[in-house]
Amino acid sequence: MNKVALRSAPPAPSMGQTLWALLTRDLKVAARRQSDLATVVFFFGVVAALFPLAIGPEMGTLRLIGPGILWVAALLAAMLSMGRLFSADYADGSLEQLLLSATPLPFLVAAKIAAHWLLSGLPLVILSPLLALQFDLPGEAMKILMLTLLVGTLSLSLVGAVGAALTLGLRSSELLLSLLVLPLYIPTLVFGAGAVQAEMSGLGAQGHVSLLMAVLMLALFLCPWAAAAALKIALE
Amino acid sequence: MWPLQPRPRRGALARSKHPIDSLGFNAELHYQGHGLALKEELSATENLQSGAALRGLSVSPQAVQAALSKVGLKGRSQLPVKVLSQGQKRRVALAGLVLSSAPLWILDEPFAALDVAAQSSLQGILDQHLAQGGLLVFTSHQAIELQAPGEDLDLGVFAA
Amino acid sequence: MVLPWFQYAAPQRFYGLAGRLYPFCFVLAALLGAVGLYMGFFVAPTDAQQGEAYRIIFIHVPASWMSMVIYCAMAFWSALGLGFKTRISGLMAQALAPTGALFCFLSLWTGALWGKPMWGTWWVWDARLTSELILLFLYAGYMALTRAIDDPQRRDQAGALVALVGVINVPIIYFSVKWWNTLHQGSSVSMTQAPSMAHTMLWAMLGVTLACWAYAVGMALYRVRGLILQREHDTGWVQALAQSQAKSLNQENPAESGAGA
Repeated sequence: MNKVALRSAPPAPSMGQTLWALLTRDLKVAARRQSDLATVVFFFGVVAALFPLAIGPEMGTLRLIGPGILWVAALLAAMLSMGRLFSADYADGSLEQLLLSATPLPFLVAAKIAAHWLLSGLPLVILSPLLALQFDLPGEAMKILMLTLLVGTLSLSLVGAVGAALTLGLRSSELLLSLLVLPLYIPTLVFGAGAVQAEMSGLGAQGHVSLLMAVLMLALFLCPWAAAAALKIALE
Repeated sequence: MWPLQPRPRRGALARSKHPIDSLGFNAELHYQGHGLALKEELSATENLQSGAALRGLSVSPQAVQAALSKVGLKGRSQLPVKVLSQGQKRRVALAGLVLSSAPLWILDEPFAALDVAAQSSLQGILDQHLAQGGLLVFTSHQAIELQAPGEDLDLGVFAA
Repeated sequence: MVLPWFQYAAPQRFYGLAGRLYPFCFVLAALLGAVGLYMGFFVAPTDAQQGEAYRIIFIHVPASWMSMVIYCAMAFWSALGLGFKTRISGLMAQALAPTGALFCFLSLWTGALWGKPMWGTWWVWDARLTSELILLFLYAGYMALTRAIDDPQRRDQAGALVALVGVINVPIIYFSVKWWNTLHQGSSVSMTQAPSMAHTMLWAMLGVTLACWAYAVGMALYRVRGLILQREHDTGWVQALAQSQAKSLNQENPAESGAGA
């Protein structure tokens, strides 16, 4: 048998360039689609508005429960957007390509989570002061709210990615995703909302914020790896 | 999906010292499955550029345009992929093959949904790959004649 | 020394072993349960502060413990399954889940029954009850996911991942709930104030706990047999089993043998 010399293998891709390419591609696609960003933001606003309608407009009460309501509304908005982290790529075959990439999958997953967070977590942080005004939260509390949402929504995106990968392609995956992921969201919720309440009651939010950071560190370390494992389970 | 199979029950699959599910193997592989991995909102040019970037290749805009001309899509390169027909989308994926520098190509039904002109383009692309010393594995319902010698595996015997 | 155990990783062998073991487990559970509950309900002294109603803890505390132990057991089988790729491991984890969820629910229900006479409300948002509620949600998530996946291999692996992610999170969740509780609680009471234990109380609690454990093992072994039959339904030994059972049924009812199996 004639052995023709094989072409030499291409040079190994630079990981940073690959991850940047993935991030920018996801952002570009979302920019063209436009509806994703708007729905997350409006959902946050609508849910936050439901509570005064259900409880009554008394400002004293609303100020007391405001931090909790805003945090729950943000959490639900973040959670409901998790479903589309991998589903579009799964449908058109791009996810398959990511699993066959020369770049380790956990890093690719982290890049996708980063793009997703920029479109669904960061907007919540930016909108939160406006909604905080509706609950008459003082300025310092608003700052803590923004800080905790900034750190917290990152954790939520990371943990949610594991759920999104596990429920990929299953029937009623949205509900299943919620059921899997909401118990895991509870520590972030407790520390996040608790921080704002601590600030408002004068106790200081440092303890809560540190715990929130610790949860984020743990999530950053474990979740991309777990989500990558879940993707391999789902696609094989 | 063969490229994504986990470890086999016995023994190990490997190609040129890279086990089949390792990153080294992936670096040398260009796989095209049932899904074309094209983003509908992006144009053909943008899809090819990001596809190449994800494989760690830097391709010049000229190279992208040349690849698109080779498959007959020069005039449609700036349109979002969602307005292209199924055959045209498959041709965008073919242009991706032209830009690929991987030695091993695994293609699932590459000739499906292509018109006669596109099929002969594809044959030319595959012949060139093989002439340059590449490896090719593909599935097809039709009998395809390529210039380099190859092996036919008839999987009809395994049909239930 | 460990190697002879590996033969039970084969579904057929495990099916046989489970079949021999589970009746003993149920008998043990019944005996220990009877003894423990008798001691708890009739022999143990009346509590000075809480009267007779405290006796519900002889069910509440073992149920809470078992709900935790079973979740850890599920995580153990999950790790085993992911590590050794044995099919039985995934099935054992899936067999344990409903029993664990049952104990979790029992713990919450008996907790409510305890709370009402003690503190006047059917529910108290204290650290342990709240954590127990969240554990129930974790069980529900696991069971929902495993039932939603048709492909057996994906079901085993996805379930295993969920169980492991859950078991890592349980300490974190418990800590966060305790934190939340201590910050907001001022003077309200907590379920963790069990009465100081007399000897008979401890023995009774131990008896009921062991009974629950035996019941859980028996139930899991019983359930896993059904799961094995489902998973291996197209293998030779299961087909042979089905045919021999059909034959013995026909022998018992010769008049109906015309209906066929």
